[in-house]
Amino acid sequence: MARRTKKTLEFKDVGTGSGPLLVVDDLHTAFRTGRGTVRAVDGVSFEVEEGKTLGIVGESGSGKTVLSRSIMGLLPPRDVVRSGTVHFGGHELTAMDESQLREVWGAELSMIFQDPMTALNPVKRIGVQIAESLALHMGMDKKESRSTAVELLRSVGIPSPEERVRWYPFQLSGGMRQRVMIAIALACAPRLVLADEPTTGLDVTVQAQILDLLADLQRERHMAVILVTHDLGVVATRADDIIVMYAGKIVERAPTRTLFNDTKMPYTRALMDSIPRLSDPSGARLDAIAGRPPDLVNPPTGCRFAPRCQYAQDKCRQSEPPLRTVGSPDHLFACWYPLVDGVSTAPAVAVTVGPTNNPTAGSPSAAAPSTGENDG
Amino acid sequence: MPDDRELLDTGSSAKLLGDRFPGMAATDEQVVALQSETLDSDDVLSKKPFGFLFWFAITWVGLVFLAAIFANLLPLQSPNFQNYSALNQGPSSAHLLGTDDLGRDLLARLIFGSRVSLIVGFCGVAIGLVVGGTAGLISGYKGGRLDVALNAGSFIILAFPAIVAVIAIVTFWGQSLFHITIILGIATIPLMFRVIRASSLSFAQRDFVIAAKTMGATDTRIVLREILPNVIPVTVTFSLITVAGIIVIEGTLAFLGLSVNLPTPSWGNLINEGTANNALSTNPYIMMWPAMSMFLLLWSINLIGDRLRQRFDIREGLL
Amino acid sequence: MGKYLLRRLLQLVVVSFVISVLAFLLVHLLPGDPTTTILGPNDTAANRAILMKQLGLDLPLWQQYLTWLGAIFQGNFGNSYLNHQSVTHILATGAPVDFELILISQTIAFSVAVPLALVTSRKPNRPLDNVSTTSTFGLLALPPFVVAPILVAVFAVGLGWFPATGYTPFTQSPATNIHQMILPSVAITAGSIAVYYRLLRSDLISTLQQDFITMARSKGLSSRRIMWRHAFRPSSFSLLAAAGINIGALIAGTFVVELLFAMPGIGYALVQAVEQRDYLVVQGIALVVAIAYVIIQFIIDFIFTIVDPRVVRE
Repeated sequence: MARRTKKTLEFKDVGTGSGPLLVVDDLHTAFRTGRGTVRAVDGVSFEVEEGKTLGIVGESGSGKTVLSRSIMGLLPPRDVVRSGTVHFGGHELTAMDESQLREVWGAELSMIFQDPMTALNPVKRIGVQIAESLALHMGMDKKESRSTAVELLRSVGIPSPEERVRWYPFQLSGGMRQRVMIAIALACAPRLVLADEPTTGLDVTVQAQILDLLADLQRERHMAVILVTHDLGVVATRADDIIVMYAGKIVERAPTRTLFNDTKMPYTRALMDSIPRLSDPSGARLDAIAGRPPDLVNPPTGCRFAPRCQYAQDKCRQSEPPLRTVGSPDHLFACWYPLVDGVSTAPAVAVTVGPTNNPTAGSPSAAAPSTGENDG
Repeated sequence: MPDDRELLDTGSSAKLLGDRFPGMAATDEQVVALQSETLDSDDVLSKKPFGFLFWFAITWVGLVFLAAIFANLLPLQSPNFQNYSALNQGPSSAHLLGTDDLGRDLLARLIFGSRVSLIVGFCGVAIGLVVGGTAGLISGYKGGRLDVALNAGSFIILAFPAIVAVIAIVTFWGQSLFHITIILGIATIPLMFRVIRASSLSFAQRDFVIAAKTMGATDTRIVLREILPNVIPVTVTFSLITVAGIIVIEGTLAFLGLSVNLPTPSWGNLINEGTANNALSTNPYIMMWPAMSMFLLLWSINLIGDRLRQRFDIREGLL
Repeated sequence: MGKYLLRRLLQLVVVSFVISVLAFLLVHLLPGDPTTTILGPNDTAANRAILMKQLGLDLPLWQQYLTWLGAIFQGNFGNSYLNHQSVTHILATGAPVDFELILISQTIAFSVAVPLALVTSRKPNRPLDNVSTTSTFGLLALPPFVVAPILVAVFAVGLGWFPATGYTPFTQSPATNIHQMILPSVAITAGSIAVYYRLLRSDLISTLQQDFITMARSKGLSSRRIMWRHAFRPSSFSLLAAAGINIGALIAGTFVVELLFAMPGIGYALVQAVEQRDYLVVQGIALVVAIAYVIIQFIIDFIFTIVDPRVVRE
């Protein structure tokens, strides 16, 4: 594949190389509406290392999509309040104006959208849609960008790309369209790709193909990927770390294996229980989480999950649990009564969940020191 | 009619969001985040005030109507009374808007002239609405051969230049208020038919209509109780736009001397009188008053129509 | 695409035939009698009968229609009963006037409406948008018969910048032609600007909320490129449809300005012919205008297949 070097960024460098690729620090994003301010992202901090995969998981309404757009800076021009910082490769994205961001967008940082039907321009040939980023960021001429577009289509597994490059999105199947989206996102070899529910609209078999394709390309190109999804199952085998979001906040964050083996937050547990498993007896009921995420204009005081949590105590309803660690420093959670071996540590609760069946008396760890990074 | 607003606009929450966040696709996240906003307050549409201009427009239309209806009771001299001792006068206490080259009172002519515009505009649309609207309602709901035939027919009639037919018919049939109203009314039938048929068709396939059918409701009942209430917003909005359109056509005919016979005043022929024979430089008032009144009336009707369209959440391209 | 256009072409032929029947009936079913036009009201019944026979008006309607249509296929629309000019000649001299008027007015309308909509739709409900949206209602409320006299009074009589009346063919003197064309073209432009601006603006606003626009932003494209290359085309469908209808309506609607500016266009010829009850001229012009309208619709359909590749499939 004829690869050109990317145009160098023209804005002033703020030091590169050292440290994680992406550092998000205390990011808040709120929308002003007629009814009040919707705090869609409320104090989120995390890091992503070069070449790694981070999964961000949450229900609809947890703020995960807004978070990904907020990191990009792809927010509507009006009625949005954003605070906190995002550093990408040493550059502070949150301090850039749109013309500077445009140099980063598509070139270093790109996005895969949820619905390829609506995210591809219906009246432009797919080849043109791929080629325009190449012309913009790589300075390619028409012929060169065209042939590179064909190569890109081939690399995302589209058969007879020389012909398909002249097709319109409506002529392709859903899976094919999502491959085209990936080709567009990866066209300029970005260092980080934000994939927002990349497989939600697709058939299960196609879902796996697309995710495998993304993983292969990621390894090949040594990119970092943030995989935003509502489905823990999607990230379980593909992410290095997982963040669980609820009502605009991070409620648990851990390396994938740790998260699954030592779940602390009842919400995460509930999400896991809603994944169908092959080992389940046929006809077994999935545990859906009752209720809806809270209203982000007037979030409940205390723990935001408390109204839906079966272990909620008075303390949960009164004061908000900080994001903290117990033991392992890279496992953060926000819960006053975290689960231990799948059993709640809340007092006066003897309900068991999960496979374990030895109820342990609650030894409240409420006194544990707060080490959360998003206090205040 | 329960919640027809909700039925009318399936993507209402997404649309509301879109309005709020231009440049950003409404994601399900925001939809959920803001859903409570659309759910909690059913009157979210009516919350947006109509604004000063809307009420100004309503006032003007109301004023023109009142003046036209009560013209005979107002202390006006006859619109055709010629006072040769007061030719081409400017506004004064005797003649509030002045007089024309024959000494006729311009205010009286303006007010009596408005009757033509209003009668032709509103009665014409009423004819189009009764015939075209009813046909469209039934055709859209029933579908089938009748619908195909009516639809093709309306397309062909619309292809024929209406203004040519109107001019020809008026000339051959004779110019009178009655004829003009009927002819322009007939000319709007295919327009009304198409818009209302499209709207009716879109509701005929909705779940609530199918539900009514399965419950054994008669066609008449479904059309009257289920479809009609939902078609009303589009109808009202489109009718207002059409009223403005017909007033323009009548004005054009009058301007050409093809509307009501002289000396009956109408705004169109007043404007013509005011522009003919260099009158514009000798006495600009003759043209100015009817031109301004007509401008304001058309502007008001269009504005009212558009604000209602916004409130009913109808796409502009639909009309 | 060929199949789609072929189907539309077939429709065009059918519609044209029906229109020819309508144009024929319009004139023949109306009260009145061409012999009165030709001989005057006071001639004898015997003379009238002879003339009727000469003109073929004593034949059954369908026969008259077929004779008329047959002649049209040979390029003969008949002659005026009054001055014996051929209808073909009237059309040939009048058509360029209308064509030019429409071309200039539509060029002005698009070059005002499109940029304005592209600017205001990016920030809807802001002062600039509100002002232009409200003032376009003003344009909608300005019919040509109101605008034209004012334009004449101000720019021709008052300032003397343009001639008040007259028409010189473009082939004779392009400069004079354009100079004379400006006022009448502007007079019929107001409504078009309003309609095009409003449709494009509202469609752009909804297009700008689409995912593919956010996607285009995420590629780092400039706002300019996004507006022109990504948002404009998918937002132009209603605009195109409206332009077709509007241009069609203008073919017949130019007569007001033609009358006021003394320009020998088709619309003017038509109104005159109607007033003088010159049957064959009315019939011929009505037919040609209606078919021109249908052809414009066909052209618009063709443009649709280019602008929106999806229509061909549906």
